[in-house]
Amino acid sequence: MSKAMEPDLQTPLGRASDQIKDWSHPSDNWLRGFILDNRASLGTLAVFIVMMAVFMIANPTVFTTWYLYSSVLTTLPVALFVVVPLVFVVTCGEIDLSFPATMGFASWVFAIVVQAGYDPFLGIAAALVTGTLLGFLVGSLVVYGGLSSLIATLGMNFLLRGLIQIINEGKSTALTGLADSPAYKIFSSQFFGIPVQIFWAIAFVVFSALLYNRHRFGAQVKVVGDNPDSARQMGIDVKRVRVKVFVFTGIGAAIAGTFSVMINFTWWPTAGDGYLLPVLASVFVGGTPTWGGIGTVVGGAIGAVTVSFIQTGVVAAGLSGFYVQFFNGLIIILSLLGHKWNQARYR
Amino acid sequence: MGERIIELRDIKKSYGQVYALGGVNLSVDRGEVVGLIGDNGAGKSTLIKILSGVVKPTSGEILVRGKAVSGWSAARSREAGIETVFQDRALAVQQTIVRNIFMGRELTGFMGWLKVGKEIEEASRLMREIGFTSKVFTPHSIVGQLSGGERQGVAIARAIYKQAELIILDEPTTALSLTETAKVFHFVRQVRASGRSILFIGHNIHHVFDIADRFVVLDRGKVALTADRSEVKSADDLIDFMEDIAHPDGLPGLHEDAEQRAQ
Repeated sequence: MSKAMEPDLQTPLGRASDQIKDWSHPSDNWLRGFILDNRASLGTLAVFIVMMAVFMIANPTVFTTWYLYSSVLTTLPVALFVVVPLVFVVTCGEIDLSFPATMGFASWVFAIVVQAGYDPFLGIAAALVTGTLLGFLVGSLVVYGGLSSLIATLGMNFLLRGLIQIINEGKSTALTGLADSPAYKIFSSQFFGIPVQIFWAIAFVVFSALLYNRHRFGAQVKVVGDNPDSARQMGIDVKRVRVKVFVFTGIGAAIAGTFSVMINFTWWPTAGDGYLLPVLASVFVGGTPTWGGIGTVVGGAIGAVTVSFIQTGVVAAGLSGFYVQFFNGLIIILSLLGHKWNQARYR
Repeated sequence: MGERIIELRDIKKSYGQVYALGGVNLSVDRGEVVGLIGDNGAGKSTLIKILSGVVKPTSGEILVRGKAVSGWSAARSREAGIETVFQDRALAVQQTIVRNIFMGRELTGFMGWLKVGKEIEEASRLMREIGFTSKVFTPHSIVGQLSGGERQGVAIARAIYKQAELIILDEPTTALSLTETAKVFHFVRQVRASGRSILFIGHNIHHVFDIADRFVVLDRGKVALTADRSEVKSADDLIDFMEDIAHPDGLPGLHEDAEQRAQ
């Protein structure tokens, strides 16, 4: 056996002179490091750009008019307020299917308060409290009840929605005075032709991305989703962290529900129902894997933009509405295949 | 030898009628690497659980730095500076080295926001202290990309960050190759050089022999042998001894086998 073949047992990590004293990122330039760190969200962005390019080639006139983007920017924020908290939930190794009913329930409370003649700000506060409490209820049921979050939150979605339907008997609530209130001007008017809710949504995404990457909460959510046994051993209250992600989703759903009512001036007993599948699709199209431990908030937001544009884009590109579902499915499958290629799962 | 970090006196542990430990004496001094060897079922894991405070002994005395401690518990064990590093399950492999070192003890400032720069600085310092540096990885590297021996390094760095005086390594090299074992030994030597102590547990004598200052052989819940490094000529001495206690009547051919392997 030659000397060179033998493992170096005295200095197994290399000679001291080989070891660098001050670390920098392994990549020599910042661009490569940035791409490595953000490859999931950059991949999602690439899918979005390719999709938009295809749409623009298919129908250049429609895709250069502002109206198309304005309509997407009106409805997109509602989705963003639930997609982002769901990234936290999925990272934590759970799933929440009860957010559509929470959206409906919290916005119902908002509608009741506004219709009773109180200030819409009070209505927003009441909706937020409702969302927080419902999130806590759902989270406690899953975590302390030791139930499967997939099934338990599905059950809670039916239960809460049923409750809304029983009490309202299918009747909607029109909020006619809302358009004149200061709350509406701040949260739902237009600013130089741009719907203001998109600014609130972007602020929420930025705040949440920081929460995910630069806050103790995000750090603990990732560790709990990655290895709950290890987290428990290191003194993290695993159950508390899990309940918190459901509370966060409840708050996000309350904001989303309130925004959707302010856009339409009307509360429907079905408010939020249509968001279940597009929102879930956005999370996974965005590059957050199903197994927990890692994820990307910004990717999830880009995923939501992609999913919003599929519907508008397919119709605007001149295809009939029958193509929408087909393209939705196509984008989801292509995104998952793309992410599978760049996400290595470590064990 | 320096200060006595911990001493167990006549520790007994029974589960119903069955004795897992029948009067064990064990001590670890500052800056010492003690190799605890024993076959499966010898009582190693019970002893670890008692040291980490998870299991309470049926009888016996535990002394920390020469003083008897009453009401031994996991919290008392942590106060005494004892940290156990388990081979599996200890790390979150999809996270960075930094996130693993500060797991549950994040360095935070205002409102729980992370002090990212300070965490990197502190992690670099800890990793350098145990000689865990390389051109290949940085504190930002994902633990899943590291080898088995390097993962032990992350766990040891975390234990040191938790102010550990005595680090218990539970079978740290059992599943590792020769090169990886060398890495773990490298970390252990650095930890010893920094004045901390290590209880190195294994069932393979060859793994423990090269690193320990003192050997404790556990057999069926009792200490069968305590020996300083200077008293034991070679690993085969220890193996012969272990075989003698395992098969007091002798098994024909067994010793010859061991000698042949040594040659």
